[in-house]
Amino acid sequence: MRLQTLVWREIFERKNQLATSFLAILLGVSVIVAMKNITFYSEKAVAYQLDALGANILVLPKSASLQHYYSADLQKDLFPEDYVKRLTSSDLQGLDNLSPKLSVPVEVGGRRFILTGILPKNEFQAKAAWQMASLFSRPAECGVAVTVPGLAAPAKETLVRKRVIQTLATNEVLVGSDMAAALKVAEGGKLQLLGRAFTVTAILPQTGTVDDGRAFAHLHTVQQLAGKGAVVNAIEVVGCCQQISQGLVQKINQLLPEAKVVTITQIVDTQIKTNRMMSRLSLLFLTIIVLVGGASIANYMFANVFERRREIGTLMALGAGSAVVLRVFLLKAVWLGLAGGVGGYVLGTALAAILGPSLAGVPVLPMLAPLFWAVGVAVAVCVAATYLPARRAARLDPSAALQEI
Amino acid sequence: MIALESVTKQFQHRGKAVTALASVSLQIAKGDFVAVIGPSGSGKSTLLHLLGGMLSPTEGKVLFGHDSLYDLTSDERSAIRKNRIGFVFQTFNLVPYLTALENVQVPLMLAGLGDAGQERRAKMLLERVGLSDRLDHKPRELSVGEQQRVALARMLANDPVLILADEPTGNLDPETADSIMAFLHELNVEGRTIVMVTHDLRVARRAKRKLRLVKGGIQPDEQFASRPEEALPVEEQSIVKG
Repeated sequence: MRLQTLVWREIFERKNQLATSFLAILLGVSVIVAMKNITFYSEKAVAYQLDALGANILVLPKSASLQHYYSADLQKDLFPEDYVKRLTSSDLQGLDNLSPKLSVPVEVGGRRFILTGILPKNEFQAKAAWQMASLFSRPAECGVAVTVPGLAAPAKETLVRKRVIQTLATNEVLVGSDMAAALKVAEGGKLQLLGRAFTVTAILPQTGTVDDGRAFAHLHTVQQLAGKGAVVNAIEVVGCCQQISQGLVQKINQLLPEAKVVTITQIVDTQIKTNRMMSRLSLLFLTIIVLVGGASIANYMFANVFERRREIGTLMALGAGSAVVLRVFLLKAVWLGLAGGVGGYVLGTALAAILGPSLAGVPVLPMLAPLFWAVGVAVAVCVAATYLPARRAARLDPSAALQEI
Repeated sequence: MIALESVTKQFQHRGKAVTALASVSLQIAKGDFVAVIGPSGSGKSTLLHLLGGMLSPTEGKVLFGHDSLYDLTSDERSAIRKNRIGFVFQTFNLVPYLTALENVQVPLMLAGLGDAGQERRAKMLLERVGLSDRLDHKPRELSVGEQQRVALARMLANDPVLILADEPTGNLDPETADSIMAFLHELNVEGRTIVMVTHDLRVARRAKRKLRLVKGGIQPDEQFASRPEEALPVEEQSIVKG
């Protein structure tokens, strides 16, 4: 027989008395696990939606508005391309992609289109200073390009919207589907824009946006053709949604006080609010489990120590030291915590899978990480709540505990 | 082997000091069988607990061999109880949710013996007290006599040199009490020292040495021998005389 056997036997002998404390831990842990699980997938959904939006932060001139941006950013005011360098050489975390652009109107074949200059990714990577800035090194847990079970993979057009183009030569142009159809150009064909002949390297898929009537060329070529110098009229930023919620927009604002920094999060506002609510509720339930669960366990353990005084006295008479008595109660707390943690994890995961779609509108799958978290919290609460009663038991006067005098 | 040197024990009861033992000095030799008799509240159990290192005296010393028990730490006293002292209680104090076998294994487990060793010795001891067919019975499934025999087997687990028995026959019928006393006598013959507290004169007479404890003081053997019935409560004296 081991001390563990003694603990187990006692637990099963008085299981009914233990039921309330076990339930308090079980329910507390299960609610937190369910919240954490749902919040995790809800945050992934936000990230996914922001990802699908393409750029989720815009750096615009002070005078520009979102309307200007949505109408192909043809506002008059411009700002220096140097702002891009300021961003890339900063230590800001959560910048997934930057896309400075300059849009100018062009007329081809009697029709108006937009020529937008963009900077290919290889030009960011080629510059040592920018590489140092860890640009494009996506932080762990960053939401971009996540896969959310049950949601379709990002459509091809989102790749266009993100302007993530690895390479783009100065004489190459990407043409929107409407523009290509109107001008009857095909991939590999030639297109004359602002007096320069470009090679059409790709016809972009239809997006249903102003992008369909655009042509994309190298930023520096467009700047040169427009004769406006090293300026841009917008920088699109793909920010990590986690960092956005932690104040990325404000940090960019501080870095570029002369510009206007806006975020396009309206579409996921509800989801973000749900996540915040879940986070707060998780905190609330954590407080409840610590206070109510802890108090329930402490109360039970104090009663258990009182009820078992004679037994403790007998153990001491048989030679058990205070450390042994302490271990008897703490082991019981560990088992209670383990059972509550594992049970709470199973129940919480099931609750999340069942309630997740209706609560947060996202499909929720079981996750392993909350198991360790749940067991850790439950065991910690049980052991902490048991420590004082256990110490009292260990310090009992064996003679008084035997109640024979 | 064990000695009390001017031991006084006082308890606080509602702010007042109540003396359980008053400057008691006593020496118990190795292999002795001492019966301590006295009325309820005379300090018998207090004396036994003091001898067992479970209740510190208000004044005086309790010597176990060369060790002054209460100059040792609590854990050192626990170790002495574990390895050298065996307790027998009036109410047996078996752990209710453990089987007879497991109850006997408890002191062996506390002594750090392995599972197989525990089981082997516990079975042997239960066989010695005639309970080899009750190994898996819980205390509530045993008669009181059987429970006391399990308690005796448990007491013997770590082969104690000193046995402290607190009213070991107090809850038993005369026949079972006789068998328990015969067993204690056998243990004494083996060389173990026994200090037994009782209020049963017939039981006390089986000891080699009798002491009377009255109002916290010990009277010598001669006085006990001449007026043994005075050690008992008034209502019990008539039974003895009759």
